[in-house]
Amino acid sequence: MPAALETRRLCKSFGALMVADQISFRLESGARHALIGPNGAGKTTFVNMLTGRFSPTSGAILLGGEDVTALGQLARVKRGLARTFQINTLFRNVSVVDNVAFAVAEREGVARRMFRPAGSYHAVVDESMALLDTLGLAQDARAVVAGLPYGKQRLVEIAVALGLRPRVLLLDEPAAGVPTSESHRILDVLDALPKDMSILIIEHDMDLVFRFAQRITVLAQGAVFLEGTPAEIAADKRVREVYLGERHV
Amino acid sequence: MTHAGGYIADARIRAAEWLPWVFAALCYFAAPSYLTLGSYILTMIIFALSLDLILGYGGIITLGHSAYFGTGAYVAGILALRLTGEPLLGLLAGTLGAGLLGLFTGLVILRTRGLALLMLTLAITSLCYEVANRATRLTGGADGLGGFSIRPILGLFSFDMFGKTAYLYCLVILFASWWLVRRLVYSPFGASLTGVRENNVRMHAIGAPVYQRRVVAYTISAALAGLAGALLTQTTQFVGLNVLGFELSGELIVMLVLGGVGRIYGAFVGPLVYLVAQDYLAKRFPEYWYFGIGAMLVLVVMFARGGILGIIDAGIARLRRGS
Repeated sequence: MPAALETRRLCKSFGALMVADQISFRLESGARHALIGPNGAGKTTFVNMLTGRFSPTSGAILLGGEDVTALGQLARVKRGLARTFQINTLFRNVSVVDNVAFAVAEREGVARRMFRPAGSYHAVVDESMALLDTLGLAQDARAVVAGLPYGKQRLVEIAVALGLRPRVLLLDEPAAGVPTSESHRILDVLDALPKDMSILIIEHDMDLVFRFAQRITVLAQGAVFLEGTPAEIAADKRVREVYLGERHV
Repeated sequence: MTHAGGYIADARIRAAEWLPWVFAALCYFAAPSYLTLGSYILTMIIFALSLDLILGYGGIITLGHSAYFGTGAYVAGILALRLTGEPLLGLLAGTLGAGLLGLFTGLVILRTRGLALLMLTLAITSLCYEVANRATRLTGGADGLGGFSIRPILGLFSFDMFGKTAYLYCLVILFASWWLVRRLVYSPFGASLTGVRENNVRMHAIGAPVYQRRVVAYTISAALAGLAGALLTQTTQFVGLNVLGFELSGELIVMLVLGGVGRIYGAFVGPLVYLVAQDYLAKRFPEYWYFGIGAMLVLVVMFARGGILGIIDAGIARLRRGS
C-alpha cells in the first residue's frame, strides 16, 4: 500500500542556503505523525514544498503513490491535500461560516457559479454549519473572524482546511500562540478527526506532540535527524541535547 | 446597507433599495432642465458599478478603467457612423468589444499585483488613447467622432432635444446593470471574489483558481464599463478622446471612494454627489471649483474611510445604540 504522502530525497536551496537536504519521508495512511525540530530547521519550507507553494530544487513528492512534484497547489488540493497555517491565514472580515463555506464551495465546484445567491446553496451552508458544530464553534458561526479571540481563530484555521474533506492534512503549528491552558481544546479537536485521515503535525508544544503523535520525525538543519516512536524520541540523548533541552527529563 | 454577500447574507431586495429608483423617477419630473446632467450621472453610475466589482469586491486596483469605457464608446460610435444607428445593437457591440479587450488585457496584466498591476492598467489606457488619437480615419482623432444619428429605441422612442428619452434609456440600462451586479455580488462567485480580496494565500490553499476568477471578474467589469461608454456615445451623439483619458479613470476612483468602495450603493451616491457638486461649484466658482472637490475628498478620506455611505451607516448605528 502506498504511503498517503511520501518524499524522496527532497532538496531545496535558496542560493547557497540549503533549507531542505535530502529529506526522505513517509506519512502512512491514517497516521498521526509529528514533525519537530528547532527554529530554522526547515519545517515550514518542507510543508510549503508538500503543498506546492515552493517547488523543490530536486527530489520527488508522491501523494497516494502518484508523483505530484510537477503539479501546482490547486491540483494537489483537488487530490485531497489540505493544510493549515502557522500564522492565521483567514478571511478576516467575513463571518466564520463563510470562511468554511468558501472551502466547501471550492471542493463542491459551486464557487464559480454566478446567478443564484450563495445562501441558496443549502448543501454548502449546512455542511459548513455542521462542521463548525463538531468543532464547538456553532455559536460563533455568524461572528466576523477578526473579532474572535485568538484561540478560536486557530480553530477556524483548522475548520477551513477540514471544509476540503482532505485525505491528508498538514497542520502547521496548530497551537502556536495559544496559551497552554487552552491548547487542550485544539488537542480535543485533533483527537476527534476521522481515523482514516492522514495527519502530519508540526508543533512546538511538546505536550501536544507526545500526546497526539504515534510517530515523530526530528528535522535539524534541513535534514532528517531521527525518526521513531514518541518513546524512542524522548529517550534519545542527542535529541534532548539539540532540541528538547531539559524540560522533558 | 453593506453588501458583503456570502453564504449567510440575505439576498432579498430590501425596501431601502428601491429609494434610488424612486429618487431617479422624481428627478425626471422635478428637474426637467437637468436631464442631460442626469443622464450623465446615470451613465457614470454604471461605470462606477463596474469599477466597484473589481476594486471593491475583487481588490483589483486599476487606474486604467477608462480603456474599456472608451472602447465601448468608440465601438458604439463607429458602428452608428458606418453601419447602423440601432441603439440596442450599439450597446451590445460596445459591451462585447470592451469585454473582449478586458479578457485579453486581463489575461496578461492579472499575472501581476499591486504597483506593477497599477502601472500596467495605466499603460493599457495610454495605448488605447494613442491608438484612438492616431487612427483618425476611424476615430476622428483629436477632433472626435460625431455626425451620426441614433435611431429610435426599439423603433418606438426617438431621442429628443430635451434629453427625456435619453434619461429614461439610461435609467433602464442602469437598472438592468444594477440587477446583474447585485446577483453577481450575492452569488458564490461574488463570495469567492471577496475571498481573493481578503486572503489570496488562503484562496490558493483551498484550491481556488484565483487567476481565473480574477480574469473573469475583470472581463465582466470591462464589459460593463464598455456598456456605460456606449451609452454615453448614444446619449451625447459624440465621442471625444477624453473617454480614454487617464483623468476619467482617476475621476471614477474619486467618485467611488467618495460614495464608498465595496458596497453597491457607493457607486450610486459617489457619482451623484461628485457630479452635482461639480456642476454647482463650476457655476458658482468657475475658476476654483476643483478646490471644492478636493476638499470634499480629503475630508472623506481622513474622517470617513467608508465614504458617504460609511458615514450614514455609522450614524444609523449610533441612533440604534442611543435608543
